[in-house]
Amino acid sequence: MFVFRLDANSGVPPYLQLVQQVRQAVLLGFLQPDDRLPLIREVVESLAINPNTVAKAYRQLEQEALVTGRPGQGTFVTHTPSAIVSPGTYTSLRRGLESWLHRAYAAGLDEHAVNALFSTVHHDAKVEGVA
Amino acid sequence: MSTEHALRTQGLSKLYRRTWALRDCTLALPTRRVVALVGPNGAGKTTLLRLIVGLIAPTDGTVQVFGQSPTTNTPQALSRIGFLAQDHPIYPRFTVADLLHFGRSCNLRFDQDLAERRLSHLDIPLHRKAGTLSGGQRAQVALALALAKRPDLLILDEPLSSLDPVARREFLQTLMVAVADDGITVLLSSHIVTELERVCDHLVVLNHGRVTLSGDIDMLLATHRLLVGPRATANLDHTPSVIEATHADRHTTLLVRDEGAPAAPGWQPHPVSLEDLVLAYLRRPDHRITAPARDVSEAPR
Repeated sequence: MFVFRLDANSGVPPYLQLVQQVRQAVLLGFLQPDDRLPLIREVVESLAINPNTVAKAYRQLEQEALVTGRPGQGTFVTHTPSAIVSPGTYTSLRRGLESWLHRAYAAGLDEHAVNALFSTVHHDAKVEGVA
Repeated sequence: MSTEHALRTQGLSKLYRRTWALRDCTLALPTRRVVALVGPNGAGKTTLLRLIVGLIAPTDGTVQVFGQSPTTNTPQALSRIGFLAQDHPIYPRFTVADLLHFGRSCNLRFDQDLAERRLSHLDIPLHRKAGTLSGGQRAQVALALALAKRPDLLILDEPLSSLDPVARREFLQTLMVAVADDGITVLLSSHIVTELERVCDHLVVLNHGRVTLSGDIDMLLATHRLLVGPRATANLDHTPSVIEATHADRHTTLLVRDEGAPAAPGWQPHPVSLEDLVLAYLRRPDHRITAPARDVSEAPR
């Protein structure tokens, strides 16, 4: 059974944390087609979280077609028509990022500087329509 | 049903001697929400909660819970409201079983089975005297009693402030499961914001006896954001969309309520956290929320 976690100090809204964890787990293969997500009540009990928040996260995941609700049975991971990225592409992107990170730390940047640089570039790229 | 409000107040005000504890409070809280009532000590939170449950009468204005005035104190109106006062007061010399008996005798609706199931789930023995239980267990007993009333609106005054982190989490677990199972509306006051984001979906900020911010948390976070840009020289105090401006040597951070309009060139938008949003509203030197001069004239310390 998939287990959610919640970081109260991350600044990311709780519903988005749940959505991101499922997205990531699907991407990494921790969640596979036909796996059942925990029932809303189960998430509520384990995390002491508002049931409306869990319902909202599940609605968003359904809209993104990552999961489907089957009445009376629960919420299940869908068969994604084409994997979001192939494992090879994923590994290669990850390696690229790792080597970039090594260079950044070697150049004397710290974690905050790295995050600031990443979000600035990401933001500019979005503005230019790249991402 | 969806348009029904659990709570409506209109111009609700309470004067203690010559000080307004609550001033012109107008609120509409939708059903099935978990509402955080946030404000510093002395902001009027307890006064508002006591007005809602009919423990005190307003100086001015009205309050309605599910369309009925709690001020009339009819058993029917009060049976829909559960109230847990600050520090979870229960009779220390009563056993847990006595407390359940007392609750059953004093209420129109009282689901003793439900309370006993909840308490046995938490391993709290019914024969123990309440005074010998730990703080966390006393809080759980008080919550079980309040929930056994099967209230449609549950009011909790600072339910977390006296609890250690483990007891706090267990208390919120019981509360959230009750929300999931019974669909109750919860209004809880607190001055700790970090704990609230996981449990609350609606926010009311109270400061100096006035409501300064109210709405669904997702909506509030979507309509507010931080803009970081070059140091602003203009006086922004009178720009209504600017909630707070923080100036550094070369850059300025603005908290704006601008419904997500495109930012001016050179300004980078960032999402704002719930805690920062609440703090900005609590720090806001707004002439509209300060009390009239005559209210403070009596305190020449």
